[in-house]
Amino acid sequence: MAYGEKVLDHYENPRNVGALDKDDTSVGTGMVGAPACGDVMKLQIQVGDNGVIEDAKFKTYGCGSAIASSSLLTEWVKGKTLDEASQIKNSDIAEELALPPVKIHCSVLAEDAIRAAINDYQGRQVAVAEKQSA
Amino acid sequence: MSELKLPIYLDYSATTPVDPRVAKAMMECLTPDGNFGNPASRSHSFGWKAESVVENAREQVAALVNADPKEIVWTSGATESDNLAIKGAAHFYSKNGKHIITMKTEHKAVLDTCRQLEREGFEVTYLEPQADGLVDMDKLKAAIRDDTVLISIMHVNNEIGVVQDIKAIGALAREKKIIFHVDAAQSPGKVEIDVKDMNVDLMSFSAHKTYGPKGIGALYVSRKPRVRIEAQMHGGGHERGMRSGTLATHQIVGMGEAFRIAKEEMAGENERIRMLRDRLLNGLNDMEEVYINGDLDHRVPHNLNMSFNFVEGESLIMALKDIAISSGSACTSASLEPSYVLRALGRDDELAHSSLRFSIGRFTTEKDVDHAIKVIRQAVNKLRDLSPLWDMYKDGVDLKSIEWAAH
Ligand SMILES: Cc1ncc(COP(=O)(O)O)c(C=O)c1O
Repeated sequence: MAYGEKVLDHYENPRNVGALDKDDTSVGTGMVGAPACGDVMKLQIQVGDNGVIEDAKFKTYGCGSAIASSSLLTEWVKGKTLDEASQIKNSDIAEELALPPVKIHCSVLAEDAIRAAINDYQGRQVAVAEKQSA
Repeated sequence: MSELKLPIYLDYSATTPVDPRVAKAMMECLTPDGNFGNPASRSHSFGWKAESVVENAREQVAALVNADPKEIVWTSGATESDNLAIKGAAHFYSKNGKHIITMKTEHKAVLDTCRQLEREGFEVTYLEPQADGLVDMDKLKAAIRDDTVLISIMHVNNEIGVVQDIKAIGALAREKKIIFHVDAAQSPGKVEIDVKDMNVDLMSFSAHKTYGPKGIGALYVSRKPRVRIEAQMHGGGHERGMRSGTLATHQIVGMGEAFRIAKEEMAGENERIRMLRDRLLNGLNDMEEVYINGDLDHRVPHNLNMSFNFVEGESLIMALKDIAISSGSACTSASLEPSYVLRALGRDDELAHSSLRFSIGRFTTEKDVDHAIKVIRQAVNKLRDLSPLWDMYKDGVDLKSIEWAAH
């Protein structure tokens, strides 16, 4: 399969590879996909008090397009509010990377990953608030 | 030693380059000055000359497998040979029964042909192999029924290189009076073939896996005992009515020469290739979490199939630009399909997804292998650094204990 230039660039120089402390209450972690299906994405975001995503890290098991989709996503979400980040559509990612139709599912997975990370973060805030009011 | 030429070709099981000696023989059968006649032309020397080289090639193919030249039928390749053998025998013997036995690890040319026969009212048993890829003889015996008319089991598997005990299966089939077909596309020049000793009735061959050209193959059809097949291609009655169509002299001569070279050189070549394969294996086997797929002893020396756990196959192939290999993961559709051969061995989908098939051949050098080892190790390490599964494994998390959201 031939890959587009942007996919190759992200694959060869992936941005923001790594991990954030998943126990930190300012961190949200999303892990989506399944090993049996050939791709698993782990996306983490660090959110400031102002609700802006200050940092993002990923690790991905999957094909080149899956790695590129998650790498691109970390670039995009940094500096965005949670609201803005949750508006990112898989089609934006697919378009930016010029993914062929058979690879669209990689961008869908990336969209799922940011949603999951935001949900995780918001869940933590509720838990923290409950603890404080208890 | 020669210079390293990139990319390095390690996909000889997909196809081989044509040996220059073969190409030379083929080129003599094309141009106005060459042997271009129609071998079926009976009225002039152009035809006679062409017929003579075709018959010479038939002898060369027959000699490699201990057949009589009259038992060799030219086809367009192993796909056609498989179709002709399986459909041809099933149709001819259908009055005796409509049950066929094959294996889940067969090539698609066999499996899809069997599927077609199922649509026509035949019943097919697809045997599970053992975890090492070999036929379980007890399961095979148990699958035989009174109405079983055909057993089709391959010799050398194209993905994992394991070699089935064709002689044992042949003896069983002969005892039970069942027609026995063998897909031997991957065998010539790699393992000894003796159709008589193995009690094979029908055997499929291809030229392009053995340094011959693409688009030519043969089917061995036993005359003693006499095995009958129904033609699938009708026309001028070539090949004693079993396969019509003007014989492709240059292709046939190429296949003959390729099989002649295979017979002459296989002993020395296989020793050299085994040394290279072991070098490759030793260069990779000390890595963490690598698995060899298929039995290592009952295997052609040309093949190494390995899984690199926690790394996905397609991204691995992408990182291995310098080497031409194939992956057990066909990531070409929304649902990723891991290799059905590895799944049939009972391999997890993860391991099937992370598998690579290396196949070594006549033109592979030690330098090629050393370079391959270097880039594979680099690529696997790089991708494991990127892999959340690798982290979890390192943290002692059992990946099976996690409920993954399948998509
Ligand atoms: C085991 C096996 N059978 C059949 C085939 C098909 O052979 P051909 O390409 O000559 O049609 C192949 C090659 O892909 C093979 O490996």
